[in-house]
Amino acid sequence: MISESTRLKMRELAKRYPNPRSALLPMLHLVQAEQDEVTTEGMAACAEELDITSAEVTAVATFYTMYKYSPVGRHHIGVCINTLCGLLGGDAVYERVAERLGASHNGPSADGNFWLERIECQAACTHAPVMTVDWEFMDDVTPQSAVALIDKLASGEEVWSTRGPMIRDFQATEHTLAMAEDDLATVGNYVDEKMLAGLKIAKSGAQQ
Amino acid sequence: MKLTPVITQHWDDPTLYTLDGYKSHGGYEALAKALKSDPDSIIATIKDSGLRGRGGAGFPTGLKWSFVPQNDGKPHYLVVNADESEPGACKDIPIMMANPHALVEGVIITSFAIRANHAFIYIRGEVPAAIRKVAYAVKQAREAGLIGKNIQGSGFDLEVTVHSGAGAYICGEETALLDSLEGYRGQPRLKPPFPAVAGLYSSPTVINNVETIANIPYIIDRGVEWFREFGTEKSPGFKVFAVSGHVQRPGIYEAPLGITMRELLDYAGGMRPGAELKFWIPGGSSVPMLTADHLDLPLTYEAMAEAGTMLGTGTPMVFDHTVSVVKAVTRWLEFYKHESCGKCTPCREGTYWITGVLEKFEHGHGTENEMETLTTLCGQIAGRSFCALGDAAATPYPAAMKYFSHEFTAATHTSADEQFDPIASYVFSGARA
Ligand SMILES: Cc1cc2nc3c(=O)[nH]c(=O)nc-3n(C[C@H](O)[C@H](O)[C@H](O)COP(=O)(O)O)c2cc1C
Ligand code: SF4
Ligand code: FES
Repeated sequence: MISESTRLKMRELAKRYPNPRSALLPMLHLVQAEQDEVTTEGMAACAEELDITSAEVTAVATFYTMYKYSPVGRHHIGVCINTLCGLLGGDAVYERVAERLGASHNGPSADGNFWLERIECQAACTHAPVMTVDWEFMDDVTPQSAVALIDKLASGEEVWSTRGPMIRDFQATEHTLAMAEDDLATVGNYVDEKMLAGLKIAKSGAQQ
Repeated sequence: MKLTPVITQHWDDPTLYTLDGYKSHGGYEALAKALKSDPDSIIATIKDSGLRGRGGAGFPTGLKWSFVPQNDGKPHYLVVNADESEPGACKDIPIMMANPHALVEGVIITSFAIRANHAFIYIRGEVPAAIRKVAYAVKQAREAGLIGKNIQGSGFDLEVTVHSGAGAYICGEETALLDSLEGYRGQPRLKPPFPAVAGLYSSPTVINNVETIANIPYIIDRGVEWFREFGTEKSPGFKVFAVSGHVQRPGIYEAPLGITMRELLDYAGGMRPGAELKFWIPGGSSVPMLTADHLDLPLTYEAMAEAGTMLGTGTPMVFDHTVSVVKAVTRWLEFYKHESCGKCTPCREGTYWITGVLEKFEHGHGTENEMETLTTLCGQIAGRSFCALGDAAATPYPAAMKYFSHEFTAATHTSADEQFDPIASYVFSGARA
């Protein structure tokens, strides 16, 4: 059952747009925030709120790769295997992480707590190889550091994104995406040395 | 040429993302100035500045704005394209994470200029870090009366909605983005009509890239003359270059357009010790690769076009001698195959076919005949597809053949991994254990 509070949020989303149907993508994120996957009843709830058919919702949902149709588990793990990350070491990172999780591409880990995905360019190529946990950046990983990170997550230890907040879980991130905000903007470090590389040189006066 | 941090100038101030932090560096002064002026003169200023779109195509921004019919009685919309998913592009996400108010101030000024009362920022769903920073900036701006009704007593009303995508590269294509934002599958629309005439909800709509819009406050604040001091006649201004790959210090380097790749490479610390540059791509996998012979060309729209490539997103990827060009091209095609939206046959079928043939080469099983096949296939996709994704998919192979055809010949008997030990390309050590 989609909860009444999710229903209320769906209606709130619909009001943000001149045409309510524009809220469909965020609403599907809301379904994942509550149910850990896009369920048939979740899609039916979207259809009902927007007064369109379930078939229309399904047609839209299946177009987008972020929606999953079986439970993601506690954490979504992405490893970028696009050319730059992949060749710079992402391929090796992916292999080791897959082995550690007992998972294959776009599927759950052996214990059901994780979901593994080979992801495309994450707009962080300066930080290659890039991994994501619940879509938060884990920059500059190695096979060893990636596996150590998974171990920490598995044992419930506190883990911070390299450019972002403390890791929560997949459903919490989906809630952030759905509502396009959370109360974490003021927590964590979002700007790192690589983002300041040019500025540092310009300020030091060490220019040609 | 010297680096010129403008959009990136205060990124080392950890409060920059807050309203107070941004204001302490002169933020929102451009908005005050804009609101006292009139929409048409702002459009004229941006036209005069010569600013060109930073999303890839380099279309003149002021000209695009001027296509919006005025006093037509229809609602107008501004849509910011923050879908940054082009392989190699990694500059909009950092801008939104470090300096979100530059984008928000740009959104307000642009909306005022094109007479839009509702703006949307469509951010790819895979990056909550950027989404929450932009949402926070919008919220603070709203609380300060910079968004909402009668902004600063100007009589101008504006609503700004931050919207998350859900994973689809094609939604970066502007008309696919509009379909997606309307709650449909993100597939491109036939043009014309262009979005400036019939865009979001069939109303006049301006779609601009994040970096394009983040330029606006600085141009309004400091003026056209200042802006045109940087860059060239045809490519004025500065650019947030993001240099990635086998360089010593990958990162963000903001510089005037016209800086050379050799200079950028120097700033980025040069190649890894003992490594030689093999090929580089000026701005995203959709534009053709270049080699060390092109390092002294100015990074401008016109010089890149003359060299047979494009400036694109202005985010150079650098690969050294350890990389197999066959493997790199195959991986890019796997991406295009995955991201093809399926609307038109040349791209939908062609990307599958090309990828299948390329994978044979990667494994050392290509044939001389199939090199011809690939050339033919690319020729039949380019210019015959419904949108530019098809053209992009037909780009990497011919570009690679121009400089490295011998590697494809070798791949008729020797796999990419045998030609080039993949471990040698890794940026970390110890992977052999
Ligand atoms: C497949 C494809 C993907 C694109 N992705 C993006 C993108 O992520 N961000 C972007 O600004 N432009 C992207 N573009 C270009 C847009 O269609 C459009 O030209 C651009 O947003 C216009 O903004 P500008 O004039 O400010 O550059 C893409 C184009 C294609 C064909
Ligand atoms: S070229 Fe590819 S992405 Fe573009 S409309 Fe055709 S199938 Fe879709
Ligand atoms: S290729 Fe991995 S983030 Fe761009």
